[in-house]
Amino acid sequence: MTTTITLTDGATEDAPVPAEKRDDSTPLLEIKDLKISFTTATGTVDAVRGVDLTVYPGQSVAIVGESGSGKSTTAHAIIDLLPGTGKVTGGSISFGGRELVGLKRRQVEDLRGREIGLVPQDPMSNLNPVWRIGTQIDEALVANGFQGSKAERTARVAELLGEAGLPDAARRARQFPHEFSGGMRQRALIAIGLASRPKLLIADEPTSALDVTVQKKILDHLEGLTADLGTAVLFITHDLGLAAERAEHLVVMYKGKVVESGPALQILKDPQHEYTKRLVSSAPSLASRRIQSAHERGQEAEDLLAEHADETATQAPDVVVAKDLTKVFHIRGSRPGTHTDFTAVDGIDFTLPKGRTLALVGESGSGKSTAANMVLGLLEPTSGTVQFDGKDVGKMSAKEQFALRRRVQPVFQNPYGSLDPTYSIFRSIEEPLVLHKVGDRRSREARVRELLDMVSLPQATMRRFPNELSGGQRQRIAIARALALKPEVLVLDEAVSALDVLVQAQILTLLNDLQAELGLSFLFITHDLAVVRQIADLVAVMKDGSIVEHATTDEVFDNPQQEYTQDLLAAIPGASLEIGG
Amino acid sequence: MPDNRYENTSRPGQEHFVAPPEDVRVGVVDAVDTSEAPSSLWGDAWRDMRHRPLFWASAALIVLVILMATIPSLFTSTSPTECHLESSLAGPAAGHIFGFDKQGCDIYARAIYGARASVTVGVLSTVFVVVVGTIIGSIAGYFGGWLDTLLSRFTDIFFAVPFVLAAIVIMSLLQNRNALVVAIVLATFGWTSIARITRGAVLGVKNNEFITAAKALGMGRLAILAKHVLPNAAAPIIVYATVALGTFIVAEATLSFLGIGLPTSTVSWGGDLDKAQVSIRVAPEIMIYPATALALTVLSFIMMGDVVRDALDPKARKR
Repeated sequence: MTTTITLTDGATEDAPVPAEKRDDSTPLLEIKDLKISFTTATGTVDAVRGVDLTVYPGQSVAIVGESGSGKSTTAHAIIDLLPGTGKVTGGSISFGGRELVGLKRRQVEDLRGREIGLVPQDPMSNLNPVWRIGTQIDEALVANGFQGSKAERTARVAELLGEAGLPDAARRARQFPHEFSGGMRQRALIAIGLASRPKLLIADEPTSALDVTVQKKILDHLEGLTADLGTAVLFITHDLGLAAERAEHLVVMYKGKVVESGPALQILKDPQHEYTKRLVSSAPSLASRRIQSAHERGQEAEDLLAEHADETATQAPDVVVAKDLTKVFHIRGSRPGTHTDFTAVDGIDFTLPKGRTLALVGESGSGKSTAANMVLGLLEPTSGTVQFDGKDVGKMSAKEQFALRRRVQPVFQNPYGSLDPTYSIFRSIEEPLVLHKVGDRRSREARVRELLDMVSLPQATMRRFPNELSGGQRQRIAIARALALKPEVLVLDEAVSALDVLVQAQILTLLNDLQAELGLSFLFITHDLAVVRQIADLVAVMKDGSIVEHATTDEVFDNPQQEYTQDLLAAIPGASLEIGG
Repeated sequence: MPDNRYENTSRPGQEHFVAPPEDVRVGVVDAVDTSEAPSSLWGDAWRDMRHRPLFWASAALIVLVILMATIPSLFTSTSPTECHLESSLAGPAAGHIFGFDKQGCDIYARAIYGARASVTVGVLSTVFVVVVGTIIGSIAGYFGGWLDTLLSRFTDIFFAVPFVLAAIVIMSLLQNRNALVVAIVLATFGWTSIARITRGAVLGVKNNEFITAAKALGMGRLAILAKHVLPNAAAPIIVYATVALGTFIVAEATLSFLGIGLPTSTVSWGGDLDKAQVSIRVAPEIMIYPATALALTVLSFIMMGDVVRDALDPKARKR
């Protein structure tokens, strides 16, 4: 099959109930006072404590909440996919007038896929790597009782993939998951989820692992597709901006309970509950300006922004200057002696003025982390130079380079991997001081206490181990460790990307306060343009190893020059929403 | 489809709902819980093991065996080498609760004194394989590249040699045999598993961001390996070493049983099993005592390995 399938063709024919005939006034899904608990070694944990939720046919509803709020647990309970010891302990789930709590395993299996589809979270692990994409969609068809010959099924698989937005679907169906990019895999998962034309599609963080531009394309496509099919969609997301943009009705969950629910824009414009208010004010996708440091907060925002822009343009001396920086990786070929060259960073120039924040923004594979590692001295540039205070790092002696380590320190993305689990917090923060022979035992302990104060953690934390702390707290410890040697530059490599929105806002505020207090310069590596607006003074947008746009944050946001930058900005979830106040 | 997002025209069940503030308390964002006692991986493991009867049972057995090996006179005042042929194969008597073997030696005393040979060989071989295996495995895993290829192939060569067969061949060539020699021979062909386990564990640890952070601090490669990589790779090594100790004791007994392990003058369980073999038809009970001692010792180390693994790896815990 070579012709591209248009979406509406297959869609309207197969829609279980044509949209105009559907009875939209009775709820499709009605959850009442749902309670779920997990049994652990230490007792039972109530993950969901009385949730009410209503979805009408063809409607899109989003459950928003941070990790641990019970949003995914609620969604998984609908199709009886609770992990481990999870059990529904009370309440009801009614789907199309039928009670789902207490159904037998076979009855639930009939329901899954046919009536309720699921698009799971991680496209990387949710496709079986040893089977062809087509086989896996075919499997979904067979499991849900598709009647037809092998040839008919193959044709249907190609049709479904084409519908999910994959060009050249018949050929693609014969490929394996590793030949697909993340976005393509997510499309294949959407094809599987919609294979049997379910009445409800549960989309559990369907795009959180993807780049923003890919995310936007996929969500746009999903929206069109489900509208044509008349499928109701239940989004599970941590991103309030995304939820408000994609759903009519929002349900905000916190600690296993619904704290606020209602029409999406009403909640966004006029949040009533304390938690929703915090969420709306911290959501990076909705924030419109830079976070101000503690002592600046009193001043008028507009003046300050103007002032900043002037300063960056004229006064501040440059701490880090990268000139024509290039990194080429040799990738070993299949036979010995053969290799291919991959240019990760291709002759980029950027400058980081003292006391300012430069954000290197780009999608995965743009070379931003490679650039950061060259600034940190962890990677040798293939050509080009990194200058620190006017001195070429590449020409420094080993001793000078060791001394330089004190002045440039990193904070990494993964809060679970950035601290040695066998080291106590005290030892983790003390380590840089010991290594660079700073002070004696007593003065080092005083310094650790001071650093914990700086990152707003109680001093008692120093006797704990990383596994006892939350992601945000570990990231604070990582910041404290980076600050131990009083560096001038911090390289923040996706340092807040793995954190929940409220915690993220808290860390960004902390970083900003530290910058104002200590005169730090930040090189901020991120894929998230929304965060850039909150923290950066200057932005360099990277694409395929090159910098395509380099300007002040306000210029980039208000008047983006490059099409790619414009695409990136448009892809920020919630960017199109006009939020007052 | 009407866009409901902009208006408050809610349908039944979707009216704007706000939870009463007293219903869900919004706490301080990300507060540190300072109420619980500090815990670490090893601290948690200890807390977990403390509540397991299997841990206490195997620990008690191990302590008992070690006591037998170090101070056998605590358990018996009879000498294992003081044999009287007139009591050959005699049954239990006062002061000789298990009776006598063919040579007229006290079986109970020999079972007690036999622990020393087994424990010495087991501990020495384990120490050797842990040292050699950890060094080779961690260098291969941490430095990678051609060094990894070279060391991994070297490991494979030794891995391909059948462990007991090789030990039999080498031992039969040696004249001067004692516990140290047996341990060295066993370790020569027994380090490969530890090397492979270490290499795997090191590969798993070395790409963590805290390793990169240590590099960014200017820490040297060997210092990073010693201070950060190995402590994090230690758990599987310790677990395997505990189990390996048991298997080395078995291997020593096998060699002694075949008459090419420890010299016959040394009291050992394997040697006694060999001697009991000749009279198995007339007096099978002679074989039972050293065999039971050997089996319990090996079992206690393997059970301990199991408990430690469960405690260090919560994912492997049985529900």
